[in-house]
Amino acid sequence: MAVEQPTAREAEQTRIHNIGYRSYDGPRLGRAYARRSLYSQSLRGAYGLGRSVKSKVLPMLLFVVMCVPALIMVAVAVATKAKDLPVEYTRYAIIMQAVIGLYVASQAPQSVSRDLRFKTVPLYFSRPIETADYVRAKYAALASAMFILTAAPLIVLYVGALLSKLDFAHQTKGFAEGLVSVALLSLLFSGISLVIAAATPRRGFGIAAVIAVLTISYGAVSTIQAIAHVHAADSTALVWMGLFSPVTLIDGVQTAFLGASSSFPGGHGPSSAQGVVFLLVVLGLIAGSHGLLMRRYRKAGL
Amino acid sequence: MTPTGPYDWSLTRIPLCGLTTAVACLTTVDDVTVIATESLSKRYPRVTALDRLSVDVEPGVTGLVGANGAGKSTLIKILLGLSPATEGRAEVLGLDVATKGGAIRERVGYMPEHDCLPPDVSATEFVVHMARMSGLPPAAARERTADTLRHVGLYEERYRPIGGYSTGMKQRVKLAQALVHDPQLVFLDEPTNGLDPVGRDEMLGLIRRIHTDFGISVLVTSHLLGELERTCDHVVVIDGGKLLRSSSTLDFTQTTTTLAIEVTDTDEHPDGTSAVRDALHARGLTAQDGSGLPGAGRILLVTAEGEQTYDLVRDVVADLGLGLVRMEQRRHHIAEVFKESDAQRKEAVGHGG
Repeated sequence: MAVEQPTAREAEQTRIHNIGYRSYDGPRLGRAYARRSLYSQSLRGAYGLGRSVKSKVLPMLLFVVMCVPALIMVAVAVATKAKDLPVEYTRYAIIMQAVIGLYVASQAPQSVSRDLRFKTVPLYFSRPIETADYVRAKYAALASAMFILTAAPLIVLYVGALLSKLDFAHQTKGFAEGLVSVALLSLLFSGISLVIAAATPRRGFGIAAVIAVLTISYGAVSTIQAIAHVHAADSTALVWMGLFSPVTLIDGVQTAFLGASSSFPGGHGPSSAQGVVFLLVVLGLIAGSHGLLMRRYRKAGL
Repeated sequence: MTPTGPYDWSLTRIPLCGLTTAVACLTTVDDVTVIATESLSKRYPRVTALDRLSVDVEPGVTGLVGANGAGKSTLIKILLGLSPATEGRAEVLGLDVATKGGAIRERVGYMPEHDCLPPDVSATEFVVHMARMSGLPPAAARERTADTLRHVGLYEERYRPIGGYSTGMKQRVKLAQALVHDPQLVFLDEPTNGLDPVGRDEMLGLIRRIHTDFGISVLVTSHLLGELERTCDHVVVIDGGKLLRSSSTLDFTQTTTTLAIEVTDTDEHPDGTSAVRDALHARGLTAQDGSGLPGAGRILLVTAEGEQTYDLVRDVVADLGLGLVRMEQRRHHIAEVFKESDAQRKEAVGHGG
């Protein structure tokens, strides 16, 4: 025993000080898992989760600003015992477009410009995921974040409507139409914004460029529409003008197919036939954004 | 001795474990070629980046040397399966780069030459994210990140945003993200770029440990040959996309030994150096002036063919009654490969013209 004890102590010491390299034999979950991880990381990042306190402020604030009017409307509807909500489900996002624009303008560059600006992209592509995985994860994450932002107030309205015992069938139909509309809007806005953000690696420029594209196009289109409404007897030109801004595109689609009343001047929304064109343009823009992002990242490789 | 207690058991088992791992190492690591290319070419419309490059890289630390634009980065890109070769084929860890890119990228790590770190996250958060991008489950990603950051020498600072790190610390984070998923092979692109001499030494030591302690093979690029001499088992030199030379570091530096000799002058021999040169010449040994070396004119360079050369020099100097200031081995430097190739190229140009 006298001989054994020092060896035992030595063994104990080596164990304590042994911080040697340990190899990893556990599972490697591969490409699909990496894509999911990137999606959830980007989605959380779009609300500042897992980032600094400073970067949580704006997205959270905008989320609250999106929901507060819905809460007020519900409160008013309940208090005045109104027969219907003061605003249609499909109309809510159009009214709140400035907030939505601000949100997507601030978060799209956050999502993609950082990786480009700090050249982190090669680190992704030296791993199992490929260009398509990266683009889809980022696109899906921002679209989901947008959907959360735009669908949350609709849920508030719907729950409020049910609580104040408004007509269930009518409310459910409106709510469903509203959800389809904001889903399209989320895909369209995030696609356009990501393309712009991916083309401008500097975050500040990206924010400015997204806001400019969204608001200037809407401002220009609605001004021309207003002029057309006053001067032209025919409303056809007015309707087609709606194809040239993201907000009026969504407005056109939901007027034609989702039972919305148009916010075009004079309420001249597109007919079903015209609506098909609006829908095709929306889908084309979504597909086009995806294609452009793929092209952008194929070049950004190593 | 019969095992009587738990301590005896551990005593008898430890060497056994050591033995099995050593055998495992021999069979699983040493017998494979980690990288093999066969007349690999990459042509862009206006440039040929790689020109029929055939090279085999064995486990260990391999240096890839070449001037800027020699094709180093192109080669790494092809080996990661990110860029198709124009012709020829390549295998990494026995996997074809053209068809098994994903599987290769799961098993190798890559540390780019340029900055690639976002400044607003901590090293821990960043490396955990990169571990998950390599397919590690969340818990394993966190555990491996803590381990890896410690191995590369980042401790308390790993919780602070990367923006505040020194260049040396950033290089360590870059290295950590390449190692976090325990790859079998890592590509390190100019890892010592921008480091001060101390940081350079530490990084080179770390690269050596990646192979010796972690058991990971390394392909490291550099344009500084002296660095690779100190860390690599094997050196591959490419120039203009062509293979210039591929051999072990020992071959590069120790095929022939040159002796540098310096002697004193005496009244009898006012110019001791030339007296020794003449005497050596009389014994059939050509000595060259150490031109270009410090103390030129007073130093003789003699090619040592074996032990007898040392004895000969000693005897010659003693016979002349001179004092031997020094007689030392001068190691060849890899840099001389470039001088040789330059000379060859000039020769070729001369013949052509």
